[in-house]
Amino acid sequence: MLSRVADSLFWMSRYIERAENNARIADVNLQLLLDLTNQPDSDPRQQWNPIISSLEENELFASLYSEPDGRAAIDFVSLQQRNANSIYACLAHARENARTTREQISSEMWEQVNRLYLFVQSNDARELLGSSPYEFFRRVMAGSHLFQGITHATMTHGEGFHFMRIGRLLERADCTSRLLDLKYHILLPSGERVGGNVDTIQWMSVLKSCSALEAYRKIYVDQVAPWKVAEFLITHDAFPRSIRFSVDSLDQALHSISGSDEARYANEAERLSGRLRSDLDYVTTGEIFKFGLHEYLESIQKRLIEINHATYEAYCAHPRTA
Amino acid sequence: MSDFFSGYQVGEFFDEMFAAPDSVRPHYSKLLGRFKEMARDDFERKRALAATTFLTQGITFTVYNDDQGTERIFPFDLVPRIIPAQEWDRVERGLVQRITALNLFLHDIYHNQNILRDGTIPKSIVWEAAHFRPEFMHFDVPGNVYIHICGTDLIRDRAGNYLVLEDNARCPSGVSYVLENRQAMKRVFPTLLGEYRVRPVEDYSQELLNVLRFVAPQGKSEPTVVLLTPGTYNSAYFEHSFLARSMGIEIVEGRDLVAQGGKVFMRTTKGLKQVDVIYRRINDDFLDPQVFRKDSGLGVPGLVEAYRNGSISLANAIGTGVADDKVVYHFVPKMIRYYLGEDPILPNVPTYLASVKEDLAYILEHIPELVIKAANESGGYGMLVGTQATQAECDDFRERVRQNPRNYIAQPVVPLSRAPAFCDEKMQGRHVDLRPYILYGEKVTIIPGGLTRVALTAGSLVVNSSQGGGSKDTWIIDEAETA
Repeated sequence: MLSRVADSLFWMSRYIERAENNARIADVNLQLLLDLTNQPDSDPRQQWNPIISSLEENELFASLYSEPDGRAAIDFVSLQQRNANSIYACLAHARENARTTREQISSEMWEQVNRLYLFVQSNDARELLGSSPYEFFRRVMAGSHLFQGITHATMTHGEGFHFMRIGRLLERADCTSRLLDLKYHILLPSGERVGGNVDTIQWMSVLKSCSALEAYRKIYVDQVAPWKVAEFLITHDAFPRSIRFSVDSLDQALHSISGSDEARYANEAERLSGRLRSDLDYVTTGEIFKFGLHEYLESIQKRLIEINHATYEAYCAHPRTA
Repeated sequence: MSDFFSGYQVGEFFDEMFAAPDSVRPHYSKLLGRFKEMARDDFERKRALAATTFLTQGITFTVYNDDQGTERIFPFDLVPRIIPAQEWDRVERGLVQRITALNLFLHDIYHNQNILRDGTIPKSIVWEAAHFRPEFMHFDVPGNVYIHICGTDLIRDRAGNYLVLEDNARCPSGVSYVLENRQAMKRVFPTLLGEYRVRPVEDYSQELLNVLRFVAPQGKSEPTVVLLTPGTYNSAYFEHSFLARSMGIEIVEGRDLVAQGGKVFMRTTKGLKQVDVIYRRINDDFLDPQVFRKDSGLGVPGLVEAYRNGSISLANAIGTGVADDKVVYHFVPKMIRYYLGEDPILPNVPTYLASVKEDLAYILEHIPELVIKAANESGGYGMLVGTQATQAECDDFRERVRQNPRNYIAQPVVPLSRAPAFCDEKMQGRHVDLRPYILYGEKVTIIPGGLTRVALTAGSLVVNSSQGGGSKDTWIIDEAETA
């Protein structure tokens, strides 16, 4: 497979996952606001700040909207063309990458990316976002799921497929870590205490944004507690959006490409992913909290970036000699 | 009962469907019958179905010089253009004759130049052609075939005679629309296609791949074939990707290739892989910055060296542009007589060469009645239709022609034939041309029909997609089906 094509498949898949994750985050935040509106002195603006901050685009956001309220925040993460990570921008990037790899992906996959892109750039999408943001986010998420299903069912499960998996899983692991971290930044309204009603609602919303609340409930029957949520989203071995599960699958995908044994490594990317994988296998919640949840999540994000670079070096940085 | 064709005007042109008002040509009668039975909302539904098909599949092209500047759907008209087999067979013979002569001509001018030595064609015409590549004199190409893929534009005059308007012997585009139009028609008119037993076009990709494999360097039994594209921003990118996909070959950009030790490789996730045949959709000028344009970021440094030493083949060969120079075009009938000893089956449109003294005087005097064309432009750029131009535009071209006579030709305005197209809620006659695609490998293969382009603007004679043209599916049907 051409190196450029492998890189494009990686990014196509990663951008679709990112669009989906943006929709998840925005959707949950919106619901959270509804939950909190009857709380005294809750400031909806404050509620969107961590999300804008996590995109690292505070200045751009402030420069684009004279009234930086919730409506502006929703527009910014959804359809704002100048935000390079808005849902619109992610899907435009995904489609551009799909366009350059059309001979590698199935027609059905292309049509789905294209349909999704045509939707977010239509007036219908803008109207829907205004009248029923919930519906809008659902459509983006469902569109991403449909794409993944189509990919699974119509694309040869060969090299290209595995590069797509790597893109998606890196993004997913990164997103789950950021969602957990987001709670770290969300300030409790004054007068509320840790472990109180609002705190619990916020932790539940983190679970919801990962489609994890129901799965969580099946395992932990009692209260939603921070360390349990963290344990679930970081170390659960079978929940598809947990960091551990994503890194396991990522490591498998890397080995599928090189054909090497999963107990060994054939290149730097596999060495790094193997090491992260075993760390996640054996880490305890106690250790995570002792280390500091925020610090731990940051270190995971850093290691995911290293795996990304090493993968690029192994397969896509153009070899110069035969 | 619907009134799609009520009040349809045949006008003073050759109409593909009607011999006279209310007198349908026999090969169109079944189609007319079908349209008469069709309810209007049924037709609307079919139109919507076709449009959605094109949009979701992303069958679009890019328009240059346009701020909106991105992709548009190539408008598709639902009324097919039908050509009876007997008529088509003659066209096909004419095209085979023409491509054979053009290839003999290219071989000749890149070797002994007999046709120039004995004065049949003036030496200067070839030597001054912008796309003549004297660097490739005495270079042999596999099978002596230069033009492997050719798109020849045909038009019909007032009497319905087929004339050759131009040959596209470099990187002709548009064939993907032929294939996609047919797919759309199969969805929209499944039974009608079956009843008419339209000759299939679907094997084009396979035939093209056969040609590309045939021209592989000697001794390569399983050659690696790739399609070289200028990239996603090229107006024909959809087509490049479509063809690569349907042939199952890699589509590469210049940056994916590297030339080393006289060979060309592509950069893959498993290291470098040698390439044998390049179906290039990049003009000569941009192929190799070491040899041609230094500023080309699209090409591959060292590619031409690999081509010279025979380790790769290119389709089309380097230097075919001289054959689609609009001045050289004028001499194609002479070539046919010279190399084949035959009379041309398909005549040219009468052409005045600005480089010929008497012609120049005539051109300068008659610009408002003529079509003026630059010798090496395509896509409807660099041309003037005198009958539809303003005084200022005519003056501008008069000056251009005077400045650079070798670069201009003029032709009388041919009243192109018309075919019904659905415009402004009813059927109206619109001018059409026809571009068949000719493949030349082990043998010559021609796609049955080709791309019918239609000028959707009333009265317009310019059919190019970049200038408001659309397209139709083209059906070749056997005589027995016309009754």
